[in-house]
Amino acid sequence: MILQGENIVKQYQHDRGIINALDHVSFTVNNGDFVTVTGPSGSGKSTLLLSLFGLIRLTSGNIIFEGHRIDNISDRKLTDIRKKSVGYILQSFALIPYLTTLQNVMVPLMLEKISGKEQVKRAAEILDYIGLSDRMEHLPRELSAGQQQRVAIARSIVHKPRLIMADEPTGNLDPALSLEILEFLKKINQENKITIIMVTHSPVAAGYGTMKLHLNEGKIVIGNS
Amino acid sequence: MTISKLVLIELWKRKSQLISGLLAITLGIAVIVAIQSVSVVSEQNVARNLDNLGANILVLPQGASIDDYYTSDIDAPTLPMDYVERILTSTISGVDNMSPKLTRRVKVGEQSVVLTGILPKSEIASKPLWQSSGLTGIEIKAACAPGQTANQSHGMEDEKLKRKAIDTLNSNDCIAGSQVAKRLNLSAKKPISILGKEFNVVKILPETGTVDDDRIFANLKDVQRLLGIENQVSAIEIMGCCNAISDGLLSKLRNILPDTRVTTIGQIVSTQIETNQLMKKVTLVMLIIIFFVGGISIGNFIWANVNERKREIGILRMMGAERRTIYKMFLLKALILGIAGGILGFLLGTLAGVILGPYLAGIIVEPVYIYLLWSILLSVAISLAGSLVPTYLAAKFDPHSNLQED
Ligand SMILES: Nc1ncnc2c1ncn2[C@@H]1O[C@H](COP(=O)(O)OP(=O)(O)O)[C@@H](O)[C@H]1O
Ligand SMILES: [Mg+2]
Repeated sequence: MILQGENIVKQYQHDRGIINALDHVSFTVNNGDFVTVTGPSGSGKSTLLLSLFGLIRLTSGNIIFEGHRIDNISDRKLTDIRKKSVGYILQSFALIPYLTTLQNVMVPLMLEKISGKEQVKRAAEILDYIGLSDRMEHLPRELSAGQQQRVAIARSIVHKPRLIMADEPTGNLDPALSLEILEFLKKINQENKITIIMVTHSPVAAGYGTMKLHLNEGKIVIGNS
Repeated sequence: MTISKLVLIELWKRKSQLISGLLAITLGIAVIVAIQSVSVVSEQNVARNLDNLGANILVLPQGASIDDYYTSDIDAPTLPMDYVERILTSTISGVDNMSPKLTRRVKVGEQSVVLTGILPKSEIASKPLWQSSGLTGIEIKAACAPGQTANQSHGMEDEKLKRKAIDTLNSNDCIAGSQVAKRLNLSAKKPISILGKEFNVVKILPETGTVDDDRIFANLKDVQRLLGIENQVSAIEIMGCCNAISDGLLSKLRNILPDTRVTTIGQIVSTQIETNQLMKKVTLVMLIIIFFVGGISIGNFIWANVNERKREIGILRMMGAERRTIYKMFLLKALILGIAGGILGFLLGTLAGVILGPYLAGIIVEPVYIYLLWSILLSVAISLAGSLVPTYLAAKFDPHSNLQED
């Protein structure tokens, strides 16, 4: 077991009352799982993903990561966990526009204050692994959408995280590119034993899951606990 | 890669934006540096010039301005040369010495120089020159009771700089100040052509740090003829006995010299000191304005940059960048902008001072290198102060709020 959620509640205050974005959500993720989170728009998928490592603070509930509670620890400690143990992939790629492919992939290593030489070596290795070694000096805008998402994946794994959080990683890609990305994620999951939690509303993507959560109006409809 | 390198890459990739970000602060620093470079020289010069002038009364044409002593005689209106005669033949006592002079800005080749016509001692029993010129003379000094304000000292008396009477300055001879000699590459015994007339440079004056350094002196009659302003002078410097001054020498002179402005050096000094004090106040006001305008302008620039980079800040925080890192990113950028603004402002201001100084204040302005340090410090302080709030807000962003998909 790598990650566990117990009775997670997240409420948003609105003019027209309180919204229960997450309503007593409980689940368990085991090491090496490929978790898919599905559900209609507004069902709380992104909120769940962001709340797991403190990017959104919970209203109530516990989150246990590698045996320790992390829902009640300081922002600084959560930041440190994200830096060392988690990789994020977003629908919009979120690459830094003025950095080259290589530099973008080096960012997580820079945050960990790894030496420059080592940064280049490891980033280049990952780009090679992901098939982009001929695009190292390109800026994001000089890459296709599929290539940009591969750079984002490279960036999310370069620091050898134990978990990858992906929020609709194929949402901006056409079906062929989506498959390519999904295959990469599967490869990462299987070859590197990195646990993946992926939000998606595509049935094809959901098919890659070894563990499936389905949310509706903030509640888990299909899942475990 | 490091955060510093990231900041440099970002700066470089968006360098065209820098111009707008730096404009206000650069111009502000430039204005202060220009004013300061001019007024520091001007201040030293006032005291030095006046303490060593040797004269204590100035007779100027009615229209001449005395707001700035240095320009008071250059290109000013003139008064008749006869007035010298008139004073000499009058019954007024207490005039120990007189030096009529005519000053005009002229072109020598491409360069603009100040040409002053003076009368040597052999032609009128008085005329200023300089001890070290080799042309010996007796120091001109008014017998003054102590405490007389007419030629109050400013602590800048220097025996070496004291003007002394010159015995001879022949037609076709001229004497060059040290700065102008350097500028025009003059040397003694070499001829120079001024307004089409050949002059022999008989002497290069040693550097005095006064307005004399930037002037060429020639015989008054030559200068009058060359300029076509015969029998006119721009000023008469008078050495008046101080007791006579308190006995109303000034008004007696005014009575026999119509359409003139007869004033003591003391008055000119206080006017000049007022001008300098005004400049100091202007500088202070400028400083305050620049602090706010420059600070707000840089702050605005950084704030625009923060907004443009919201997603980047979000993803960095998501990946585990601490608030500190965000602070570092933007304050480092502000620091670099501050340094650049300080250097550019110093260069621009110094250039303006050096180029405009001779025209506006009639003085040679040298770069004051210590101002580079002050410019950078000031600019960095303004830049950092202006960037604090936007940077604080950037670090406070919720990481996720900037990443939500639409
Ligand atoms: N910052 C927020 N403030 C208020 N309500 C929010 C905020 N973020 C999300 N919500 C609400 O919470 C619910 C879940 O949102 P989200 O997790 O983004 O859904 P999903 O990712 O499944 O589409 C929605 O009703 C949404 O309107
Ligand atoms: Mg979502």
